[in-house]
Amino acid sequence: MINATTPIKAESKDLNFFYSNGTQALKGINMPLYENKITALIGPSGCGKSTFLRCFNRMHDLYPGNRYEGQIIMHPDNTNILEKGVDPIEVRMRISMVFQKPNPFPKSIYENVAYGLRVRGESNKRLLDDKVEEALKGAALWNEVKDRLQDLAFNLSGGQQQRLCIARALATDPEIMLFDEPTSALDPIATANIEELMSELRNKLTILVVTHNMQQAARISDYTAYMYLGDLIEYGDTDMIFTRPTRKETEDYITGKFG
Amino acid sequence: MMSATNKVSKNSSSTTASLTTVSPRLAKNVQRHFKERVIEFILMLAALSAVFTTFAIVAILLYESLGFFKTVSIVEFFTSKEWTPLFEDAHYGIMPLVAGTLTTSAVALAVAIPVGTIAAIYLSEFASHRAREIVKPILELLVGVPTIVFGYFALLFVTPILQKIYPELPGFNMLSAGIVMGIMIIPYIASIAEDAMRAVPMSMREGSYAMGATRFQTAIRVVTPAAVSGIVAAYILGISRAVGETMVVAVAAGQQPTFTFDPTEGAATITAYIVQVAMGDLPHASIGYQSIFAAGLVLFAMTLCFNILGHIVRKKYREQY
Repeated sequence: MINATTPIKAESKDLNFFYSNGTQALKGINMPLYENKITALIGPSGCGKSTFLRCFNRMHDLYPGNRYEGQIIMHPDNTNILEKGVDPIEVRMRISMVFQKPNPFPKSIYENVAYGLRVRGESNKRLLDDKVEEALKGAALWNEVKDRLQDLAFNLSGGQQQRLCIARALATDPEIMLFDEPTSALDPIATANIEELMSELRNKLTILVVTHNMQQAARISDYTAYMYLGDLIEYGDTDMIFTRPTRKETEDYITGKFG
Repeated sequence: MMSATNKVSKNSSSTTASLTTVSPRLAKNVQRHFKERVIEFILMLAALSAVFTTFAIVAILLYESLGFFKTVSIVEFFTSKEWTPLFEDAHYGIMPLVAGTLTTSAVALAVAIPVGTIAAIYLSEFASHRAREIVKPILELLVGVPTIVFGYFALLFVTPILQKIYPELPGFNMLSAGIVMGIMIIPYIASIAEDAMRAVPMSMREGSYAMGATRFQTAIRVVTPAAVSGIVAAYILGISRAVGETMVVAVAAGQQPTFTFDPTEGAATITAYIVQVAMGDLPHASIGYQSIFAAGLVLFAMTLCFNILGHIVRKKYREQY
């Protein structure tokens, strides 16, 4: 059912996750992320799809008491990024993230995009200029902001802010990009822009996206995973999941009988 | 319309009230209305009392100062470098007192702003929940210590220590008073700045961490700029406290009006002068008595300037997230 020639960029193996209050939010997830593909996570609220996504850049480490079990193997280095000896900061430098609500920093447009490079200690002005321009072009924002790079990022519209956040995440050349419901706070036109952008980004990197919107998953993703109550119910080709799912639960959710 | 009403009445067989007159259950409750108005009036009175007090203070300051400026020219007031209103050979130059106030305040802020800001960053971004629960109340306890205690702490504890490092330091000096005043202000700045930083939404921090930033980078590059308006508000409050502080400087900085910006010397501040003169028994409406009000007016103007400045800065950098 899955094209065996496509290389795997990362895969979760028997991944369990526990929040600090003891609730188990993920139950033995096994799932691959194929390189240069978009994988969508769908499922009702509270099913664990965002929790799963946030394991990939160790976001849960920010809050004390959270616990991972199992592995997320990243290729080509074949490393378990959940390993104790792995520095979450190094992980985040290779796996970047775009959030549900645009969250630009209280800085200029330029400094927002340059942030990732600056925290890595980069201060070469010419290199920063080039990277910022490249990232803004990659996020289809360059033409709109090239004349006002020193403006405060908050002056942009919601859709522009989200593209700025994508540019920020792109500037450091990540291998994987995580999108946590990136369009849920945006209007339909801005949503279409972001979706188009994601389809283009697929050529450069691997994408994992959480979405509440099933049409969106069907439109943009190559693979889809349906989760429910912390379990991965079904994973497969997006076309297959949406046309002939093998599990009854998936079909009920997709056809709107449930959820 | 009538028919519709009839239908409704028919359906709900128990009620037959006509709609043409106001039902007694819906009629205006005069008693309740009156009570509301009375409460509103009392609340307004409480709010106005603060406004009235402020205006009354300004009015008295202006009125008494007017008497002062009938005898003393404004030019002398602002240019003479001597302040000896109680001497035979009286001079009325406010500048020595202003210099003393600015110098002690500058020393205090040089201590309080860095330490207070760093404490706020620690409490908001680095301290564990338990550490914060312990440290913050202790810090805020400092606010409750009477300022006279700080004054003698400066005079009898800090000054001797400073004299060991710098033996020429006089017993009364602005350095010691300023440092202790700074310590006194730290909790104000730390507490307000910490509140501002904690109000920065978690999503902004997560955005920074997701870019591979460390905790320190997140605190300095993202959280602090996002909270800058609240942090500036904390500084402004600190400045106002320092400029208006009385007991510490009156006890530890000396009461000799000297025109100097050198913190290792002793000098009187505006507040120290006021407290010194007010404790003596000056005849009402004498020039010495009136000089208190002129000094008070200058103090008021200084604090007002800082507050307006703070307001402008806050408006310019108000939180946007």
